Amino acid sequence: MSSLATLEVGSSGKVAAIEGDDEISLRLMEMGLTPGAPFTLIGVAPLGDPLELEIRGYRLSLRKSEAQRIRVN
Amino acid sequence: MSVATRPITVALIGNPNTGKSTLFNALSGLRQRVGNYPGVTVEKKIGRTEFHGRQFTVVDLPGTYSLAPRSPDEMVAVDVLLGRRNDVEPIDVVLCIVDASNLERNLYLVSQVLELGLPTVVALNMTDVAEGKGLALDVDRLRKQLPVRIVPVQANRGTGLAELKKQLAAAAESPVPSVPSPFPEAFQQEVEQLGRRSSSNGHVDPKTPLPRYLLERLLLDTSGYLASSGLDTIDEPLLGEVRDARSRLANAGLPVPAIEAIARYQWAGSVLTGVVTRPAQRKATLTDRIDRVLTHRVWGALVFLCVMLLLFLAVYYVPDITRASATIDWLMELASAGVVRVVPEGALRSLLITGIVGGVGGVVVFLPQIFTLFFFIAVLEDCGYMARAAYLMDKLMSRIGLSGKSFIPLLSSFACAVPAIMATRVIENRRDRLVTILVAPLMSCSARLPVYTLLIAAFIPNLTIGSGWFAVPWLHALTLFAMYALTIVAGVAAAWVFKKTLFRGPTPPFVMELPSYKLPGLGVVLHRMFEQGWAFVYRAGTLILAVSILVWALAYYPRDATRIDAALLVRQAELQQQLDATPAADRDSLPAAVQLAAIDNHIAAAHLENSYLGRMGKAIEPAVRPLGWDWRIGCAAIASFPAREVVVATLGVIYNLGEGQDEGSDALQDTLRAATWAGTDRPVFNVPVALSIMVFFALCAQCASTLAVMRRETGTWRWPALTFVYMTTLAYVAALVTYQVGMWIGS
Repeated sequence: MSSLATLEVGSSGKVAAIEGDDEISLRLMEMGLTPGAPFTLIGVAPLGDPLELEIRGYRLSLRKSEAQRIRVN
Repeated sequence: MSVATRPITVALIGNPNTGKSTLFNALSGLRQRVGNYPGVTVEKKIGRTEFHGRQFTVVDLPGTYSLAPRSPDEMVAVDVLLGRRNDVEPIDVVLCIVDASNLERNLYLVSQVLELGLPTVVALNMTDVAEGKGLALDVDRLRKQLPVRIVPVQANRGTGLAELKKQLAAAAESPVPSVPSPFPEAFQQEVEQLGRRSSSNGHVDPKTPLPRYLLERLLLDTSGYLASSGLDTIDEPLLGEVRDARSRLANAGLPVPAIEAIARYQWAGSVLTGVVTRPAQRKATLTDRIDRVLTHRVWGALVFLCVMLLLFLAVYYVPDITRASATIDWLMELASAGVVRVVPEGALRSLLITGIVGGVGGVVVFLPQIFTLFFFIAVLEDCGYMARAAYLMDKLMSRIGLSGKSFIPLLSSFACAVPAIMATRVIENRRDRLVTILVAPLMSCSARLPVYTLLIAAFIPNLTIGSGWFAVPWLHALTLFAMYALTIVAGVAAAWVFKKTLFRGPTPPFVMELPSYKLPGLGVVLHRMFEQGWAFVYRAGTLILAVSILVWALAYYPRDATRIDAALLVRQAELQQQLDATPAADRDSLPAAVQLAAIDNHIAAAHLENSYLGRMGKAIEPAVRPLGWDWRIGCAAIASFPAREVVVATLGVIYNLGEGQDEGSDALQDTLRAATWAGTDRPVFNVPVALSIMVFFALCAQCASTLAVMRRETGTWRWPALTFVYMTTLAYVAALVTYQVGMWIGS
C-alpha cells in the first residue's frame, strides 16, 4: 500500500485509508476521499505542487503533504 | 402571527461553485441588505422576494461543503439554521442548492441539512453542465429515493424560480417528512443517550436541551471547538460521556470522526443508485480540454502570467483610460468652483472645499479601481479560473506560509489595497486571510507614485544610457524599481513573521475544488462589481470623510491673524484694493495680481505653520530629524494620514506655492531644491532625505481608506490599529536607516 503522493500522473486507484484525524484528514474525507472511493491523478501544478485529482466526478487539488496521508491501493 | 401572514424565512445554503449567489440574486434582485454578523468575519446577506402575495425573507448563508463547525465563523450557519441567533428570524424552510453535475459530493451537505429537522427544498442547478459531462439524470427516481421537494432550476437564466417559490411555501406549511439517519444504529443510540444526559444534568432548563444536531456534532467534533465553545449545556460530565461513547464506537468498528464521512457518502451512494447514468466511455469535456492548456507546465504558466499582467494593468490603467479618474477630478473641481462662487472666503469655504469635497473625492476616487478589480475577479471566479490561479501559485505562496488563494489579493494590492483587502474573502482560513489583509497595504500601490515621481524628478540625478529617443533614464527607473522591490521584500518578511508569531498554527488544508469552466454571466459580474463599490462607499466612506474633516480642522485652526506678519497683511489689503479698482477683465494682467498671489501663498503657509497641524509638525521635529526631515516634512506626513498622495499638495502649501501643486510641478521641484533649514543656508533636501521620504511613504500606513476597509472586513479595530503601528514603525526605521546610511556614504 503506497501513498497518493508517490503515484504517477495519469494513474488511477482507490482510497484505502486516510491517516490522522485532524482538520486536514477531516476535510479530505468531507470532500469525498473516503475508503473505497476511486480516483484518478490528473496532473501536477507547474511548480511541482499541488496535485490535481478527479474524485467522485469532480476535480480537487491538494498539496503533496496532504496527499501523503492518503493510503491507496 | 400565523405562518400564512408573516413572511416565510428561507435559509439558502449550498456548496461553493453551485450558483448559490446567482440564485440568491435571481430570487431577491436588488432587495438585499448586506451587513456583518457581530464578532465574526461572516457576511450577513438578507434578501426579499414574493410569490402570489406570499412574502419570503431569504437568508444567504456562506457557501460550504459541510455543516461541521470548527470555528466561530463556521458556527454562524449552524446557529442560524437552528434558530439560535437573536439577529435572524427562526428559519421556516431550508433551500439547499446542489450542482447536478456533481451530486454525490453535494449530497454530503444535504444529508447534514436533513438532520436539522427543518422542512427542506433542494434546488437542482446546473443540469446543463451535467449534460455537457454526458450524465443522464433520472429526477423522478431521485425524488423517490430522496423524499424532499426537488426543483430543477437554472439560476443563471432565472428559470424554475416560480416553481421553487411555490414549493418553498408548500414545504414551510407541510409536516417535515422523516428522513432516515445515515448513521448506523449504534451511533444513533449513542447520540440519544447523550441527549438524555444533557437534558438531565440539573442546571439546564430541560425545555431547551441541546438540539440533536449539536449533540451529534459534539460526538463527532474531535477538534475540540464545540466542547470549548461556551455552550452552558456542555459540561465536564457530558464531555466524559462523549469520550466514553467514542471509545465504545471505535471498539464497534465505527471510528469517530471518520464514521461521518463514510456514513454520509454511503447514504449519498444509495440515494443516487440508478439516478445518474454515466457514459460508458468517460467523455472528454470542455473543462478537460481547457485544463490541458491552462494547467500545463509551460502553457499554463504562460497564460497565467498574461492573465495576471492584464489584471494588473487593467486596475492600474482602466481608471485612466476610461477617463473615470479624470471625470472624478473634474467633478471635484466643479464642486470646488461652485463652493467658491456661493460661499464667501472663510472657514466654511475652506471646510467645504478641503474637508468635504476633498473627503468625498477621497472616497469616490477609489470606485474606478474597485469596479475594475471586481469586474476581473468576478469574471475569473465565475468562469472557474480563480481556483486554477490559486492552484498554479500555491507552491510559491506556501514558502511564506500562505496559500495560492492569497496571490490575487496581494497582486491587486500593487494597484490599490482597498479592493485587494475586499478580495481576501476568497481565503476561507481565518489566519491566512488576516495575514493577507495585514501585509496587502505594504505592496506599493498607485497612490505612492506621485510621491516617488516628485522626489525622483527633483533629487535623483537623471543619468541616462543611450541618447535621443532611446535615452533610458536608468537611475530614475532603478530608484522606482527599488521602491517596488522594497515593498515586496517587506511584505514577504512581514507575512513570514506574522505566520511565525501572531498567526502561528497548523497549516490549514489546501483542499480546493477546481470547478468546471463556464462562460461568466454578465449579471453576476455586474452585480458583484456594484455590490463591492457600494459596500465600500457605504461602510468606509463616512469614516474617510470624518478623517478628512478632522485633518482639515487641524490644518485650519486656530487661524490666529495676530500671529501672521502684520506687514504681509497690510500689503495684501493694499494690493487687493488696487485690484478692486481695476475693471475685472484687466485684473489678471496686472503685476499686482501676481504679487497678491505670492503674498496669499505666504499667508497660507504662515497660517499652516501656526495651525495645530503646524504645531504638531514642530513638536515631532526632534523625532523626524534623525530621518533628515524638518518640521515641514513632518507636518506634511501627518497631514497625509487620510491619503499618502496628499503629501505632495501639503508640501506645496507649506513651501508657499499655494494649493493645487502636483508631482509634475516644476515650481514645486525648484522650491524643494531651494528649501533651507530655518535660520541657515543649509538645504533641507538632498538625496538621502529624498530617499528617506520615499522609503517612509513606501512602507507607512498613511491611508485612511485602507484602515477603514480593514475595519469593515475584520469587524474590529484591532487589525487596522496593528497595521498602522507595525507599518509606521517599519517605515520610520527603514527611513532612518536609509538617511543615516545615505549620509555616511555621502560624507
